[in-house]
Amino acid sequence: MNSIKPYVMVTGALFVLLVITVGAAYVNLGAFNTPVAMLISLSKASLIVLFFMHVRHSNPLIHIFVLVGFFWLGIMLTLSLSDFLTRHP
Amino acid sequence: MNAIATPQAPPQPPSHEPSYLAVENTVRSWLLTTDHKRIGILYMISITLFFLVGGAAATLMRLNLLTPQGALVTSTTYNKLFTIHGVIMVWFFLIPSVPTVIGNFVLPMMLGARDVAFPRLNLASWYLFIGGGAFALWAIIAGGVDTGWTFYTPYSSTYANGHVIAMATGIFIAGFGSIATGLNFIVTVHKMRAPGLTWHRLPLFVWSMYSTSVILVLATPVLAITLVLMALERAFGIGIFDPAIGGDPLLFQHLFWFYSHPAVYIMILPGMGVVSEIIACFSRKAVFGYYFVAYSSVAIAVLGFVVWGHHMFVSSQSIYAGMVFSILSFLVSIPSAIKVFNWTATLYRGSIWFQTPFLYVLGFIGLFTIGGLTGLFLAALAVDVHLTDTYFVIAHFHYIMVGGMVMAYLGGLHYWWPKISGRMYPELLAKLSALFIFAGFNLTFFPQFILGYLGMPRRYHAYAPEFQVLNVLSTAGASILAIGYFLPLAYFLWSLRYGKVAGPNPWQATGLEWTTESPPPEHNFTVVPIVTEPPYAYDPVAAEEALAAKREQREPAYVR
Ligand SMILES: [Cu+2]
Repeated sequence: MNSIKPYVMVTGALFVLLVITVGAAYVNLGAFNTPVAMLISLSKASLIVLFFMHVRHSNPLIHIFVLVGFFWLGIMLTLSLSDFLTRHP
Repeated sequence: MNAIATPQAPPQPPSHEPSYLAVENTVRSWLLTTDHKRIGILYMISITLFFLVGGAAATLMRLNLLTPQGALVTSTTYNKLFTIHGVIMVWFFLIPSVPTVIGNFVLPMMLGARDVAFPRLNLASWYLFIGGGAFALWAIIAGGVDTGWTFYTPYSSTYANGHVIAMATGIFIAGFGSIATGLNFIVTVHKMRAPGLTWHRLPLFVWSMYSTSVILVLATPVLAITLVLMALERAFGIGIFDPAIGGDPLLFQHLFWFYSHPAVYIMILPGMGVVSEIIACFSRKAVFGYYFVAYSSVAIAVLGFVVWGHHMFVSSQSIYAGMVFSILSFLVSIPSAIKVFNWTATLYRGSIWFQTPFLYVLGFIGLFTIGGLTGLFLAALAVDVHLTDTYFVIAHFHYIMVGGMVMAYLGGLHYWWPKISGRMYPELLAKLSALFIFAGFNLTFFPQFILGYLGMPRRYHAYAPEFQVLNVLSTAGASILAIGYFLPLAYFLWSLRYGKVAGPNPWQATGLEWTTESPPPEHNFTVVPIVTEPPYAYDPVAAEEALAAKREQREPAYVR
């Protein structure tokens, strides 16, 4: 990735996704509001991690550390939800 | 006669270069240094100053608690004192203590490296630490914070009446210093090991520092996020934690303890690494069960992340979550227990040499065990309901953090002081102060177990009259403890000029850091060490024989 072209393309894609985010905020999708917003932000984050953070072209050790980061995020969400989802009203 | 210790690599040839201390001695050369050893010294001086601030707050609290009505300070001032004590001791002393002082100094040398992987980032970490510390000190001087070190909402948001945001900013900035240090150490361990230094030949201190670094990198960002969210709610009224504006009242505690329980392991794992080094050296034996001790560090780093809910048993967290966190909390005690049993087994048939670092380590093992076992009381749901927010909790975590980590830090400082300064500290005085600290510590904190069991709550400036005797004992113990802490400060400074010259390896230890000169040259090694031995190739039988021979010649058994 020595050329600047992929970065320009990713930047463009991020701006397009930004416009979609703002647009989606004005459309009421009912129960799908949150999932759609999450999906858009997930694709933005993936683009940043894979291209801007160079993970796509890094060695396996880096991949492991990235996965560990997401696994830990999973721990945080799962165990927090073990409280939120099992509270008595 | 056999050698009593085989170092991991042959001793270095003389370097003919000035030591890292003598290279250049302008203020500028210190403040802009990228030498990991000098950065370690910068941290040592700064955390000592922060320790004095945190200690002063503790002193005022203990004096206030001499009488049941708490005659010395008002309840508001008392709230500010325990907040200062907690914030300063946790973030500006304990978390940086062993990693940034001893870790910075010896980790690269243990790996046979000339420096850490990113020397300039290392210096930047120190500046972030100092910048964060400046914010925290400013918040204290400007009037303080009364939320406790935990910053629970709504004390820190809706009802905050102190300089919460300034204090949080300080912790936020210092946190980035921690993250950078953790990252630096991880890359250093992966990339900078000397030829022949395989993962299973790494000293156990390196394993524990590696595990600590993983926690620093994975947990600290969550603290930063939490503090930002808290500041957002306080400054802009965005509903995150306040149910009245759409937040969840327990979310703050979940996020805070997702960081702060692993932070407990940031504050103890490095100490465990120090213990492994010292116990092998002073019993002249390889650490029993190297793999178990090494991988239990990794296990602690992982399991430490799944137990945070034990701080929330009475917070109205769901009973189901409470049960899950209780069981997981019992699990995390297993790797700690493995370490304690393996250290004890290391002593068996060793050739014990009672020098000051070893005294601290024995103190660590005993006190950490008490701290750990009382942790099991608190991990049990039903018992915790009675003990939550009592002095039992205070005693429990001080046994871990002061009885454990501070003991290990001081033990490590004594052990590596000859390497750091090139001089020996005065042994007799050092032993005496170790005993002062052990006695003073127990007199300070053991009565607090009883106070807590009897129901004395924490964080109150006054208490019921029947608790006075135990409180007076505790304050008396604290004054002995204070003497024990001031003595090393005095004799370490004294030894810089008057101490006996140490030589490269005064303990006849096996680590790579002992193959180079004391104090080491700027780049640590003149030739790249090639590692041919496992760590801890000590021979207790040869050590005993050497000792017997010395005794026969009626020589003082100073160096064996
Ligand atoms: Cu905990």
